[in-house]
Amino acid sequence: MKAWRGALVPVLLLALAELAFRARSGPSDSLAPPSQAIAALLGTLSDGSLLVGSAETLATLLGGLAIGSLAGLGAGLALGSSDLLRRLTFLSIEMLRPIPSVALLPLSLLIFGFGYGMEIAVIAFATFWPSLILTQSAVAQIEPRLLEVARLLRLSRWQRATKIVLPAAAPRLMTALRLAAGVALVVAVTAEIVSNPQGLGHDLMVAQETLRPARTLALLFWVGLIGWGKNAVLLRLERWLFAHRGDVDTRIAT
Amino acid sequence: MSLPHPALEFAAVALELGGRAILEDIDFTVARGEFVCIIGASGCGKTTLLRLLAGLIAPSRGKVSLDGHLVAAPSPQVALVFQDYGRALLPWRTATGNVSLALEAMGVPVGERPQLIAALLAKTGLVGHADKYPSQLSGGMQQRLQIARSLAQDPAVLLMDEPFGALDAMTRQGLQDEVLRIVGERRTTVLFVTHDLDEALYLGDRLIVLAANPGRIARTLDIALPRPRNQLATRENPEFLRLRRDLFTTMQEMGA
Repeated sequence: MKAWRGALVPVLLLALAELAFRARSGPSDSLAPPSQAIAALLGTLSDGSLLVGSAETLATLLGGLAIGSLAGLGAGLALGSSDLLRRLTFLSIEMLRPIPSVALLPLSLLIFGFGYGMEIAVIAFATFWPSLILTQSAVAQIEPRLLEVARLLRLSRWQRATKIVLPAAAPRLMTALRLAAGVALVVAVTAEIVSNPQGLGHDLMVAQETLRPARTLALLFWVGLIGWGKNAVLLRLERWLFAHRGDVDTRIAT
Repeated sequence: MSLPHPALEFAAVALELGGRAILEDIDFTVARGEFVCIIGASGCGKTTLLRLLAGLIAPSRGKVSLDGHLVAAPSPQVALVFQDYGRALLPWRTATGNVSLALEAMGVPVGERPQLIAALLAKTGLVGHADKYPSQLSGGMQQRLQIARSLAQDPAVLLMDEPFGALDAMTRQGLQDEVLRIVGERRTTVLFVTHDLDEALYLGDRLIVLAANPGRIARTLDIALPRPRNQLATRENPEFLRLRRDLFTTMQEMGA
């Protein structure tokens, strides 16, 4: 394992930042040295506030992601197998899709009020589109020979979907999920910064408003860690699921 | 082997795709249990003939029938083995799982599947590979697996589209003999497409030569070679050599 090589650059940069800070004299209201940020991180960890915020953010993230990607999967499968449906919905999709998900925050707030509901709704909206589009293209890219095999064996619609289409598209669907999970984290933190008073985004806002740069940096680092961890877990899952398949390249770079 | 009505019949079949004539005036019958090889240059519509019989496409004119019934859609009576086994197998299922697909499609009860699968894998020489995925099998093994899957539906008619075209000579000969043995036991009717003249003569009871543009029957030839066939004896048989010379000349005259 040469994983430590990847850590070399960030550790060096942190050391440089620390040195630069020490060379300057006097406290700052806008920035803090890495040592203070680490201390702040350990502080929020030990008083439990970091875990509460993380739990709130992760709960909305998972809820919104689950709703958005399942709905996107269903719609993508339907559109992928029906030309009529695709033509009927084309305009609606192209009108709705470009709406920035953050622009829906005010409406979502009006409907759901503060709390989990409004944030989950916006994450679901944001993740619905990538999973819809990617599911549709995953279905379109299924080996035509396999669909012929399905016809020759006279599989029912349901059998075709569960025994051929879904497993054949699964590797691309996992990629879609990984992408949507990235979108979900961005939207969750954004929603919390902009309007929803809970979770890590809100903690970040409070840290900034109370002029605590060390805490702000600590939270920022923590959010990055969550994003990295989520990606690593999904990549592991992908490799584990598809390792034996000759049609999937499981050596995807992180 | 003349039965009341032929197992397969093409009557004045023509096929046009996008205004282009693919097949024209296709007229032939295949008796039950007969092994008929179809040979011709690439692009002469060999594969299309099989797709018509499998019910994957419909002719523009004429009739394709199976046991006196028009072929309108895929039937459990007919199995098709593709040349590109790598694409026709499910990469996410083991050998067992791939054979199981055909049984699941036919609604065979779960309890009866393992025994049937084991028998099919044994018949196709895949004992000991039941739990391997297609990517872990050699090309020859993958093709055996596709054959096992097609036999799972216990078809009366087996259509094979250049099944050994991508395999090396030794593997190919082994599989030729196994296919002969398997269809001989079951008295399966076989339509076998190939571009290999020796293979067609070695396997078939009869041979149909297709000419291209549009695809049409150029010649039909009976192969009166004794069965069981033998890789050495059959290929050294004077009749085999005579047919081979005859056929070779035909193919050359056709410019194939």
